[in-house]
Amino acid sequence: MSIDRSDVERIAHLARLELNEQDIPAYTENLSSILNLIDEMQQIDTDGVEPLAHPLDAVQRLRADEVTELNQRDKLQAVAPAVEEGLFLVPKVIE
Amino acid sequence: MEWETVIGLEIHVQLATNTKIFSGASTAFGAEPNTQACAVDLALPGTLPVFNDGAQKMAIMFGLAINAEIGKRAVFERKNYFYPDLPKGYQTTQLEAPIVGEGYVDIETEDGERRVRIHHAHLEEDAGKSLHEDFHGQSGIDLNRAGTPLVEIVSEPDMRTSKEAAAYARKIHAIVTNLGICDGNMAEGSMRCDCNVSIRPKGSDTLGTRTELKNINSFRFIERAIDTEVERQIDLIEDGGTVVQETRLYDPDKNETRSMRSKEDANDYRYFPCPDLLPVVVDDAYVEAIRLTLPELPDARKERFISELALSEYDAGVLSAYRNQADYFESVVECCGDAKLAANWVMGELAKNLNAADLSIDNSPVSAEQLGGLLVRIKDNTISGNIAKKVFEIQWNEGGTADEVIEAKGLKQVTDTGAIETMIDEVIANATAQVEQYKAAEPEKRGKMLGFFMGQVMKASGGKANPGAVTGILKSKLDALCD
Repeated sequence: MSIDRSDVERIAHLARLELNEQDIPAYTENLSSILNLIDEMQQIDTDGVEPLAHPLDAVQRLRADEVTELNQRDKLQAVAPAVEEGLFLVPKVIE
Repeated sequence: MEWETVIGLEIHVQLATNTKIFSGASTAFGAEPNTQACAVDLALPGTLPVFNDGAQKMAIMFGLAINAEIGKRAVFERKNYFYPDLPKGYQTTQLEAPIVGEGYVDIETEDGERRVRIHHAHLEEDAGKSLHEDFHGQSGIDLNRAGTPLVEIVSEPDMRTSKEAAAYARKIHAIVTNLGICDGNMAEGSMRCDCNVSIRPKGSDTLGTRTELKNINSFRFIERAIDTEVERQIDLIEDGGTVVQETRLYDPDKNETRSMRSKEDANDYRYFPCPDLLPVVVDDAYVEAIRLTLPELPDARKERFISELALSEYDAGVLSAYRNQADYFESVVECCGDAKLAANWVMGELAKNLNAADLSIDNSPVSAEQLGGLLVRIKDNTISGNIAKKVFEIQWNEGGTADEVIEAKGLKQVTDTGAIETMIDEVIANATAQVEQYKAAEPEKRGKMLGFFMGQVMKASGGKANPGAVTGILKSKLDALCD
């Protein structure tokens, strides 16, 4: 399976990555070769094999439902570029 | 052409945990912006999620309540998209292996009971809130809600009318509030509903293209939004157009739906298992321990109200729907021993006053014990139903037990027949014209004319005369005059 320039541009857009025009052919080739490898792996018979959700053979530990994090707004907002009335300010995002 | 509507609902229920699904920050409603958003909720580098046992338990409670298989090995996945109220750049959710599998609920419709299948329910995190008011052309972000645990309940497209959709949503609301896993406050966004709506020619079994109506926050709007959207789709198709799969927003003020954005392909979200969270494994013992904590559910409670308390189907349905109201009602019954009387008062005078004051039953100024005590005094004839309303009003405004109010205001019913007779004699003596009319009337019409005299006597007694006693004495005295 191979992908073309428009696929690369679309994937980059979804991930909000800016690509240099001259790098696109290289990305196209690299991603295609990864997909080719996956094509090869697809030919292995995996009937009866459960999909792997996590490489570690362990299960999730749980946290008791108790408040442990108290208000640290001042500290956390000290590193934000813009705040007002306790809100983080960001470029306008109305659709 | 005759059209059939096909509706499926996705209901987001905010779980009533103390803390977020993946952090120890509080989920209490109404706090100052960003005072309940910790480093994990803000997605600061180096932070890791730790799954909240309380959220898992509540999701499993819901699964058991809808007769679903519980996912013994649930997997969290990342749903990737960019929006500033989602600081991580992905929502942690479940896709392939949700915690709650297939289940069902039964709803009441005009054509009897109908089963709505639930495809699955999964755990995920809520996003923050964006405020688009004037911040110098910028948006303000409050992340207090970010990371609040949600259960998203996905139904099969089993509903055929907007009424059924609303009945289903009410049923889910009743279940989650009875379980105590959600406060059910739709105005505050604790339960939000997306409706998938399509139409097809009646008799067809292929599904039409659907649109998704987003974030509807009342049962009434579910009905109105669906009706409006169905009308739009029919007009569109009958004019030769086609329905586009998209997300639409319902505007209750204009009663119209309008396009929000074309729905992204599922591929665009680039789901993949979250490497920060291991698979969540639960065993039978864990699930069975939760099953033991389940409270009586609305359906079972309704049946019990009908079979044990002899309530009507309708009264039982209304009183069992909300746990707090059902608990209140049962406490009143316990105090006064009369389920029918208790039902009438809880659904009547109490509900009327709560609605007028915009209060929930938890905040009722008159407690179940106070109301129960009042009903006891109706039953033992200390006061009439009308005086009871007066006592209730005083309890509502000033507090106190019924006995205290009756004593303090001298509202005790007059059952002393001597005193009643004296009042009646006076009324008859002062109403010669009406007495003549009564005498002249056909005997079968006299019953209706009694009302005037009744009113006068009750007025003379300040409403305290026992109405039963008054009727009897009045009738015999007047009839004696006619002979």
